[in-house]
Amino acid sequence: MTQNNELNLAGFKKRLGNEYWRSLDELSREDFEQVVESEFPQGALALERGVDRRDFVKLMGASMALGGLAACNRPAEKIVPYVRQPEGIIPGKPLFFATAMPISGYAHGVLVESHMNRPTKIEGNPDHPSSLGATNSFMQASILGLYDPDRSQVVRHLGEISTWSEFLATLQPALKAAAANGAGLRLLTQTITSPALGGQIQQFLAQYPGAKWHQWEAAGGHNVREGLRAAFNGYVNAVYHYDKANVVVSLDADFLDSGPGHLRYARDFAGRRKVRKGTTSINRLYVIESGPTGTGSLADHRLAVRPSQIEGYARSLAAGLGSGTAVATEHAEWVAALIRDLQRNRGASIVVAGDEQPPAVHAIAMAINQALGNLGTTITITDPVEVAPVNQVDSLRQLVAGMNAGTVPTLIIAGGNPVYDAPGDIPFVKAMDKVPFRAHLSPYYDETSMHVHWHIPETHYLESWSDARAHDGTVSIVQPLIAPLYNGRSPHELLGALLGGLDQSPYDVVRAYWSAKAGALNFNATWRKWLNDGVIAGSALPARTASGTAVIAATQQPSNAATQGYELRILPDPNIYDGRFANNGWLQELPKPQTKICWENVALVSPKTAAAIGYDDKRRDALVNEKQTLLADIRYRGTKLRTPIWVVPGHADGTITLFMGYGRTRGGQIATPAAHTKGMLGLDLAPFHISGGTLGVDVTPFRFSEALSGGVGAEIELTNEPPYSVACTQEHQSLNPSDVGADRGIIRSATFAEYLAKPDFVRDYKKELEQSPETMYPPYDYSKSHAWAMVIDTSVCTGCNGCVVACQSENNIPIVGKDQVLAEREMHWLRIDRYYRGSADNPEVYHQPVPCMQCENAPCEPVCPVGATSHSPEGLNDMTYNRCVGTRYCSNNCPYKVRRFNFFHYSDYETPALKAQRNPDVTVRTRGVMEKCTYCVQRINASKIEAEKQGRRVRDGEIVTACQQACPTDAIVFGDMNDKSSRVAALKAEPANYALLAELNTRPRTTYLGAIKNPNPEIK
Amino acid sequence: MAQIFHRSANTLARVTIFGAVFIAGFVLWVIGGVVRSPYATDQGIQREQPVPFSHQHHVAGLGIDCRYCHTSVEVSNFAGIPPTQTCMNCHSQIWTNAEMLEPVRASYATGKPIIWSRVHRLPDFVHFNHSIHVNKGIGCASCHGRIDKMALTYQDSPLTMEWCLGCHRAPEKFVRPRSEVFNMAYIAKDQESTGPQLVREYNIQKLTNCSTCHY
Repeated sequence: MTQNNELNLAGFKKRLGNEYWRSLDELSREDFEQVVESEFPQGALALERGVDRRDFVKLMGASMALGGLAACNRPAEKIVPYVRQPEGIIPGKPLFFATAMPISGYAHGVLVESHMNRPTKIEGNPDHPSSLGATNSFMQASILGLYDPDRSQVVRHLGEISTWSEFLATLQPALKAAAANGAGLRLLTQTITSPALGGQIQQFLAQYPGAKWHQWEAAGGHNVREGLRAAFNGYVNAVYHYDKANVVVSLDADFLDSGPGHLRYARDFAGRRKVRKGTTSINRLYVIESGPTGTGSLADHRLAVRPSQIEGYARSLAAGLGSGTAVATEHAEWVAALIRDLQRNRGASIVVAGDEQPPAVHAIAMAINQALGNLGTTITITDPVEVAPVNQVDSLRQLVAGMNAGTVPTLIIAGGNPVYDAPGDIPFVKAMDKVPFRAHLSPYYDETSMHVHWHIPETHYLESWSDARAHDGTVSIVQPLIAPLYNGRSPHELLGALLGGLDQSPYDVVRAYWSAKAGALNFNATWRKWLNDGVIAGSALPARTASGTAVIAATQQPSNAATQGYELRILPDPNIYDGRFANNGWLQELPKPQTKICWENVALVSPKTAAAIGYDDKRRDALVNEKQTLLADIRYRGTKLRTPIWVVPGHADGTITLFMGYGRTRGGQIATPAAHTKGMLGLDLAPFHISGGTLGVDVTPFRFSEALSGGVGAEIELTNEPPYSVACTQEHQSLNPSDVGADRGIIRSATFAEYLAKPDFVRDYKKELEQSPETMYPPYDYSKSHAWAMVIDTSVCTGCNGCVVACQSENNIPIVGKDQVLAEREMHWLRIDRYYRGSADNPEVYHQPVPCMQCENAPCEPVCPVGATSHSPEGLNDMTYNRCVGTRYCSNNCPYKVRRFNFFHYSDYETPALKAQRNPDVTVRTRGVMEKCTYCVQRINASKIEAEKQGRRVRDGEIVTACQQACPTDAIVFGDMNDKSSRVAALKAEPANYALLAELNTRPRTTYLGAIKNPNPEIK
Repeated sequence: MAQIFHRSANTLARVTIFGAVFIAGFVLWVIGGVVRSPYATDQGIQREQPVPFSHQHHVAGLGIDCRYCHTSVEVSNFAGIPPTQTCMNCHSQIWTNAEMLEPVRASYATGKPIIWSRVHRLPDFVHFNHSIHVNKGIGCASCHGRIDKMALTYQDSPLTMEWCLGCHRAPEKFVRPRSEVFNMAYIAKDQESTGPQLVREYNIQKLTNCSTCHY
């Protein structure tokens, strides 16, 4: 197969004269260009049934009749002013409040834009150590989660509508009975870092001495927690300083795109990665991982190996650095070179292990770090951030044992969905059903809510007071932006009820906790400062001495003998995490960073593994281009799942990757599309959803308590089911080589050494030199006013999607559903193209965000028959929705394919809750209208107006586009390139700056910096 | 076979064919007239309001400045509709028993806002910012007309795009000194010379590109 892949690669290069490829189909299909080029790509849904004459007449008749109605004078719109206007609110001007979003308990600092007390947009808090102003897709999409009309809205008792006070009335006898027993009262929570909530829980445990507190979170960093405990003989927290590391080694760790501190880590790492004039050295990243990740995309050297083999590599590294014994692995020279590189960078390197690796690998990684003297320099060890770290699997197991033994009369679940996400071998539901009194606090009426006596709706983080710690322990006060929309209760209120303090509001709880900590002296001012800053300054956990204790865990040596069957690898989903975001349409429709698949999970396998089970290139080519795949049965420890399989370059052979969070049976109409069986076209969507109408497949049955992230011994077999449609956007709106000609240098890359030798390596693409500056139109002088421009650094883009959701949130971009995505009609204004280079077994990966290029000679403009798209003197390619008649000529003529058309009425004009979520500064588009990236013109105009009022020019950095604001690696820079002191002007002057398809003389304002990698010259 | 149509049908057919151009032109002319007419623009329509508030009385009669109620007109896109509190600043002292003001007192007592009918309404795809116009020397009366003479408020201008562009293309015809922005009765003595001078002084640009208003 290797040979086959290489043959493909050679054939591809010969065919297109290009090194970079986008998908396996492009590599293997001879007719790829024709397939992509066809106007209606195969598999794209057209109207199944034409409209017949009778229907046509009916529709036209109705239109005429209704047209008459519409001509009546429109009713007056209402204006509702305040009765007493709050101080500080200026109608029409947004306010920003600092708060923090807890994800798996860990705080991510945010600034929330609020229009007259209506939160509309999430931005990162630059003062927060875990954010530094950046946001990930979860944070951006949480604003939609706030307004989600599917959130639970009432207290329910045995499924019937009830009230909070009735719950309290029944809770008290249950508590008293439990107290009389002295035992049996059990509290189950997710990971908690909130000091105030921790305080309440401690108080609760003191009040009821027999009570027990259990913690369970499906994707809760179990191995990181246990691994650090193994390394340091006690629970600790590790904070990494990637800004100080010259060499970073990732052992299956996606530290740039996941985990509590990843936004900070990505910023720190990228800071050492960016090449600008005068840069003399950049960092180097080695990644040994099993499946493609954002971190792997930035790797200078990457190995794709089975998850179980990674421990062997870790031990070899440790042995090479003087502790433990080496394990014979492949790539011995690679490892030796890596060891030499690490030795050269003692005290300036980091070895980090991923959460899917067993604790032993974490312990080994820490031992290596200690041997290299990294502890205290690039890694800080602190006390744990969590209130009470425990082995959550054991904790859950003990709870289940207690429930099975009948010693648990009362169970309070304060958050989480254990019925859905408890490991497959822990019979949580059966055990829980034996508990006589069970109550559950959760934002949705979900799988667990179905099995409890009392369901209490939980508040969103933007609705209630709380506090939480960041990855380094820094405390943020979580302040609400809006009163609970749906009668939610916060965990503080639930704990307050358990403690008998019925009137205590979450605000009182949190404030009382912190006023006791801070001292009463002038606390009001202190409190206000904390709320203003979004962080409590100086509350990061201090470094503690942990040296001398890191030990290599004495687990048994991993066997390198080929294990029987396939290896299974289970990860939290990059879009919907452990399933908690399953009802968020923005996240569901987001093309996943590596696979570009949305709306479900698939099983990832490597090309070789696919061929081994009979799904080779030929068979794949027979299916519709990147839109269909086959279903496979996966058997693992006596359980079977049927799931679509997807072939991914760069995946480890013999390994199957599955993602958690899908296959939900309760929890909203997006999470469970049973209520969503008809698509926009009235077509039956059932064929798009596997058995039982769930979205994707629930892989929890494959998670076993001692191996949550999968294990060895899986079997996979193709089924004879007909091909299954998967919404993969990789080939949608792409820059087709056949359209734009082969080898047009869409991605340009070099090694750092090559860059130093020839800084303008991007100029090697000769076609560009042939460009003719002639146009049919008179040249326009842009030098008189602002010239808005953007530069995107492809060196540091991990493809994380933060920018895509930020754009969606800022610009009121609708979602369209899986059937419409299959028809290539997704609406994202910003897409991230993915390119590969090299063999399909372990290619280099490049991500390229593509917004509107805002061409100075825009090809879309001359073809518009109604002048709906035109140019501004500042270089913006304006799109005027009210003029657009929907000819789509502009989209057809756009070489970059960045225009999006509202084929249907995608925007939800009906749901009242969603109206409140929209950005009032951006028009909500209707059917039949073209739209595209505007460079966030609403932000440009707002800043220009402020500057004009003050009689000055707009300052550099004053206008930040939504995508730029979200970017963790600061890869996107926007500004006025006529302002010679601006950042964007400086980047435009970089030798590595290039434009896409510059030879078309479109003169794009958005340009890119060529990707620069820093391979080790010792590794060939 | 007998003739089906009378000879006069020929003339009718000719007139129809040659007249089609004129008929089409006439139809377009009618449509053009209708969309500019108050019927379509709501120009001059006095909406029914919960309280028959008179700008004439408050502005001309009492001399209250625009900004006493429309507080955010200089800083925000939205000029601001006064909260009930603003009404009650005076009406807790004067006309405390007037029947006409019952909705105001009820609002203040119950905390329920007064729901006004909007008089000046732009479509959702148009973004207008009051503050920049006021700061650049466009008087209230330039768009809103002589509010101080309106017993019941109505829309004085058509608010069509053509009307907006009239000023955006030739601001020098309408700009006034900043000191006169809130003066309802301002009449320029010599607009032809002060206009261009103010345009330079206030750095007024002729913004006619689409994204000035549409985004």
